[in-house]
Amino acid sequence: MAVEPDLKIELGKQGVFVTTLNELYNWGRRNSVWPMQFGLACCAIEMIATTMARYDLARFGAEVFRPSPRQADLMIISGTVTKKMAPQVVRLYNQMAEPRYVIAMGACAISGGPFKQGYNVLKGIDRYIPVDVHIPGCPPRPEALIHAFMTLQKKIAAQPLTGESRPRHLDALAQGEFPVPVPSAHDLEPPVNRLVWPLPAGAATAGSGETA
Amino acid sequence: MSGTGIQSFLPPVIDVEAGEELLEVAMGPHHPSTHGVFRMDVALDGERVVRLKPVFGYLHRNHEKIAEKTTYLASMPYTDRLDYFCSMTNNWAYALAVEKLAGMEVPERAEYLRVITAELTRVQNHASAIGFLLQEMGASGTPLMYAFREREKILDLFEALSGSRMMCNYMRFGGCRVDLPAGWLDRAKLVVAGLPRFIDEIEALLTSNEILMARSQGVGVLRPELAVNAGVTGVMLRATGVNYDVRKVDHYGIYDRFSFRVPLGDHGDIYDRYMLRVLEMRESVKILEQAMAQIPEGPILDPKSKPRGFRPKPGEAYGRIEAPKGELGFYLISDGSGNPYRYRVRPPSLINLTILEDMCLGQNVADVVLIFGSVDIVLGEVDR
Amino acid sequence: MKSAEELVEELKSALPGVDVALVVNPSPSAQHSLRVAAEDALRVAAYLRDQAGYDYCSNATGVDWLDKETSEKVKTTRTVSKQVDGVEQMVEEVVEETVKRVEPGFLEAVYHLYSMKRGHSDPHPPLVLRMRTENRADRVELPSLTPVWRSAEFQEREIFDLYGIVFKGHRDLRRLLMWEEFEDHPMRRDYVDPDDYEYEPTPHDEVLKRAEEHRAQMAAAEGAR
Repeated sequence: MAVEPDLKIELGKQGVFVTTLNELYNWGRRNSVWPMQFGLACCAIEMIATTMARYDLARFGAEVFRPSPRQADLMIISGTVTKKMAPQVVRLYNQMAEPRYVIAMGACAISGGPFKQGYNVLKGIDRYIPVDVHIPGCPPRPEALIHAFMTLQKKIAAQPLTGESRPRHLDALAQGEFPVPVPSAHDLEPPVNRLVWPLPAGAATAGSGETA
Repeated sequence: MSGTGIQSFLPPVIDVEAGEELLEVAMGPHHPSTHGVFRMDVALDGERVVRLKPVFGYLHRNHEKIAEKTTYLASMPYTDRLDYFCSMTNNWAYALAVEKLAGMEVPERAEYLRVITAELTRVQNHASAIGFLLQEMGASGTPLMYAFREREKILDLFEALSGSRMMCNYMRFGGCRVDLPAGWLDRAKLVVAGLPRFIDEIEALLTSNEILMARSQGVGVLRPELAVNAGVTGVMLRATGVNYDVRKVDHYGIYDRFSFRVPLGDHGDIYDRYMLRVLEMRESVKILEQAMAQIPEGPILDPKSKPRGFRPKPGEAYGRIEAPKGELGFYLISDGSGNPYRYRVRPPSLINLTILEDMCLGQNVADVVLIFGSVDIVLGEVDR
Repeated sequence: MKSAEELVEELKSALPGVDVALVVNPSPSAQHSLRVAAEDALRVAAYLRDQAGYDYCSNATGVDWLDKETSEKVKTTRTVSKQVDGVEQMVEEVVEETVKRVEPGFLEAVYHLYSMKRGHSDPHPPLVLRMRTENRADRVELPSLTPVWRSAEFQEREIFDLYGIVFKGHRDLRRLLMWEEFEDHPMRRDYVDPDDYEYEPTPHDEVLKRAEEHRAQMAAAEGAR
């Protein structure tokens, strides 16, 4: 039984703390998100700046950068993902334990950014792995990264523990491995993972002429 | 090479006992010490490195190809993203090459603005480089925090001037984009006045620190002959004792007007490189003080420079400056159209890594991390 | 400091039979270059390093020059039979013809040299050394200058990777930037990107061109089915 928010506040004033298991569980999870120590390009420097004294990411329980993907909860894709690097990024993501989250930091990680027309630049990491939060900017300011972080915390807090939209680690049938693209003679194979990157609605008529 | 009678400089071959089993380690492209996506394929005999091959290209963003498909001016913001610690010096090197190609003049005030921003860039780059080097040594956090505290002050100045913390896109062919905002110079003077104290603080913590000395003196030694032949530039070269600073050699900009010295090392080891970065910061502060006292009023852009429809005559030019990482050059070929026919960046970070193998062979694997850190590279520039 | 012209003379007298030519750079930078035949390159480079003092090779890079088609108008006189006043006569006539010639393209390796030991006493513009391959397709070999200047080691690997010039005598010629399975040379001017175009909300310029190409290809594939 959910308690009404007003009543909860009133009870809190009286010294009675009411919560649900769901809330308590997510409260713990969202305040100890450990990012992976993983920098790609320019945005990584702003990521480092965010952890330093001035912006102090430690306020959000995320100061522990883990070098190993096995111990990390969050992957910050901080910069341009090239086609040479993309297989490694997907492999690192596969090595992370559930629950795991991804922030795509900066224009390059979202879409290729200024380097989109390059022959070796991936046009967004969400072609291969699911992304939870996108932050635009080139590079995004540390404040923007903190905002992305708080957005992720809100997302974690709102996750129900049962039902259809429960997090993947509570769903025994959820897909955990994502196919790693293979570098080939001219491009990556496959160029896109259609499971995580379906064609946008109406794309076939509006722009690309592609048929799904 | 034998047979042709040419004296070549090749890395030493480390003898391994027959039947010895070597341990092959791929350090990177995701490795905490490579600050970026760099890979070293290392073969180890116990703790000793017997083979080392760097692998590049994990951040190859096709800067040169994109630049050849776009106009001269449109490449300026891309240069920011080469060595993303030092966007101001990247801008300057590119602007200098185009000015040579088209024969443009730079107004007096713009030259001063360029020197001030470039030297501020040098200070923050060297401070961060020392911070990262100490991070590698195991001093996790503290020296880097001190460096970033100072770096933030300089980035605030850049932001007030250009609108962006890191990607300044500040210089133009024949000058600079915007003049100083009101009160900027006073703020900058305040920041620069605080720098000697910061450098003293770093020195008090580190220069005679026993751990730093034990881990860095006599480690990663580079011979001057090899350094010259391998095209090593910047702090790496001067730590071996070779007196070569493009600011003094090429007399570009207005560096002749300021009195400053070029610090030189004796041993070419990691400690010398650390010490040189400290001393270069002190010299930069001297240049900054002089430049900020002398800066004249006046225009900041050559009135003949055309931002739109810029089409230099056919020909080519190579322009280079002393960037914080070493000699940064741009090579441009014009065919008379609005796009460069060939656009090439001479990346100091990549060429300084030529001798990584030579420095690391025979050393302990723990020192490889330090030697690599002391080169001070940025992957955006290595792979472009 | 010797100018590039003087250096050509010096090289010709010091190394008999050497094939060196001056290439004039018309831009205000006035950085002229020496073009050296591939078979003489190693000899010239060694002389420049050991005798002329160019101990530092700053930059090494490739340039791709495509086949150049030049058209020229040529006037020729021909005798043709013509009806003049009802009588057939042989008449001389001047005909203007356009003759098309294709200058074969080539790949070029460019080296920028400086002197470190003379640096301060004798500031100088870079000495530019150029070598050409015979064509762009199969005869793309050049001697490696890495034995002379080690700084060319990674840069020659990069040229091999992006332009496809094969440097003979390089101790470790592998791709530098692209992955090993990659087969193209992406910095060549006729390189075609993989068709990885995706939906763009507002395509324009080059992107629009690629979008249209992509659409045409997809339509053709659709029609073939």
